[in-house]
Amino acid sequence: MNRIKAIITKEWREVFKNKFVIFTVSFLPIMITALPLLVLYFAGGSDDFSGLSSADLPPQFLPLCGELSGGDCMLYYLVTQFILLFMMVPVIVPMTIASYSIVGEKTTRTLEPLLATPVSTLEILVGKGLAGVIPAVLTTWGGYLIYAVGAHIMVANPAVVSKLFDPLWMIAIFLVGPLLSIMGVSISVMISSRVNDPRVAEQISGIFVLPVVGLFIGQMSGILLINERFILWMAAILAVLDAILFYFAIQVFQRETILSRWK
Amino acid sequence: MIKNEHVIITKNLTRAFGENLAVNQLSLTVDKGEVFGLLGPNGAGKTTTVRMLAALLVPTSGEAWVAGCQAGVDDQGIRQKIGLLPESPGLYDALTAEQNLAFYGEMYGVENKNQQIQRYLELLGLWNRRFEPVGTFSKGMRQKLAIARALLHEPEVLFLDEPTSGLDPQAARLVRDFIAELKEEGRTIILTTHNLEEADRLCDRVAVISGHLLALDSPRELRRKLFGRRVVFHLLEANQRLASELEKFDFVTEAQVVENKILVAVDDPEEQNPRLIRALVESGAEIQFVGELRRRLEDVYLELMGAVKGNQHE
Repeated sequence: MNRIKAIITKEWREVFKNKFVIFTVSFLPIMITALPLLVLYFAGGSDDFSGLSSADLPPQFLPLCGELSGGDCMLYYLVTQFILLFMMVPVIVPMTIASYSIVGEKTTRTLEPLLATPVSTLEILVGKGLAGVIPAVLTTWGGYLIYAVGAHIMVANPAVVSKLFDPLWMIAIFLVGPLLSIMGVSISVMISSRVNDPRVAEQISGIFVLPVVGLFIGQMSGILLINERFILWMAAILAVLDAILFYFAIQVFQRETILSRWK
Repeated sequence: MIKNEHVIITKNLTRAFGENLAVNQLSLTVDKGEVFGLLGPNGAGKTTTVRMLAALLVPTSGEAWVAGCQAGVDDQGIRQKIGLLPESPGLYDALTAEQNLAFYGEMYGVENKNQQIQRYLELLGLWNRRFEPVGTFSKGMRQKLAIARALLHEPEVLFLDEPTSGLDPQAARLVRDFIAELKEEGRTIILTTHNLEEADRLCDRVAVISGHLLALDSPRELRRKLFGRRVVFHLLEANQRLASELEKFDFVTEAQVVENKILVAVDDPEEQNPRLIRALVESGAEIQFVGELRRRLEDVYLELMGAVKGNQHE
């Protein structure tokens, strides 16, 4: 456990001195938190939607609104659209950190002395993984908190704001978020073990964000409905996927192949 | 378990990368407290050998035992018992000297980490710079810090891969002197180097390799085996008559006049010199100095490499 803690501390000391990493890690969460707040701000409160009826909303969304009026339901619909946008933070942030953390060891030629110590591959990957997952999860939670506070200020009806704390959001933020982070790290480890440039690792890893973007588009277009059942299924699938991906990440991180290939 | 006196044993140790045999059937032993040099040209397999012994690469075939642990079987055991200074120091530039060592102290599970860090930073003259990022250090300072890192957990065997490579003469000398101090302490050190003077000065024995083992012995024995021993008599006036007097001895294989010197090839100068000196004096020679013609390890190395090239051309 001490080794893992030491790796996490070392990673943060190293990675967060890289301006590009700081930019990527901070810009995305700020943007994703600010965007829905801006939408809510310009929506101008539920009064603008007062003329709306339930017929104006996607039919599959209506059960989620419960007792809310048509206008409030539209506002809640808007608010909920951003769940998946928030889910991009825990994927992208750890990918950036993990890519720089692993490939960075190659460019600075620090991997050989590290691999010559008794530290196990599992400890290295858990340490480097957590160094990416922890800031990603904290950033997501921080962003969500700011969003919730902002929504509380900007949305007149407390019933709509309270929806941000219903099980759907809680599962999304506190369960799916960390699971997505672990997925992002595992993918980055696998890719970083094979490439020689952190930016290449990051770009290839970025492809794996597309399914989340796809879900977001699906939801926006009404094809998909992100409800509790959907998010629970997503969590269950991610948990299995994480176990598989992390197993493969350990398999791909071949100490001697990495050493002999990285000259 | 291996015998106590041998800290390293390799038996037909082989490592291939695809079709290329980097190390071929290498068999050697290294004793406790010995400074053992691995010499050879670029691509000779020195680093690959070190990496196999440091449990970083798995041998393709053959066996290696390091500090009682078999490579490929108890790699964790090997890693706990060795210290490695790779060709590149591999330090974390953004971290301070102290943070670098503290990190490795955790990796090795060093119990008295802080004392060990202080001990080696003081020993290597880096204590006053301990809070500075390593990125600001000179090459020599980085190399010294990397050596401190390799020693932090008091390893049984220390692997130093090109420790003075790329250093300016002053920094190289500092590092070399420190290795000499470690030798005095009785550490077992495996040293790979291109600097043959360094190997000559520091190593008890050297292995010259070029994929496979070409020669293995002490620098002195290698010189003797390849070139024999030659005694130089500086005379007031040297001539062929005096040389012929010396050639009368059975143990003299050659006596050659070069300017005012006579070069005599003998087996055992310590035993035979008094007889040669007496013969010269009795023949009327006026001896100014007597010394041994010292071949450098570089001569041995070049001779061996020349033979390898010759064999390849045949």
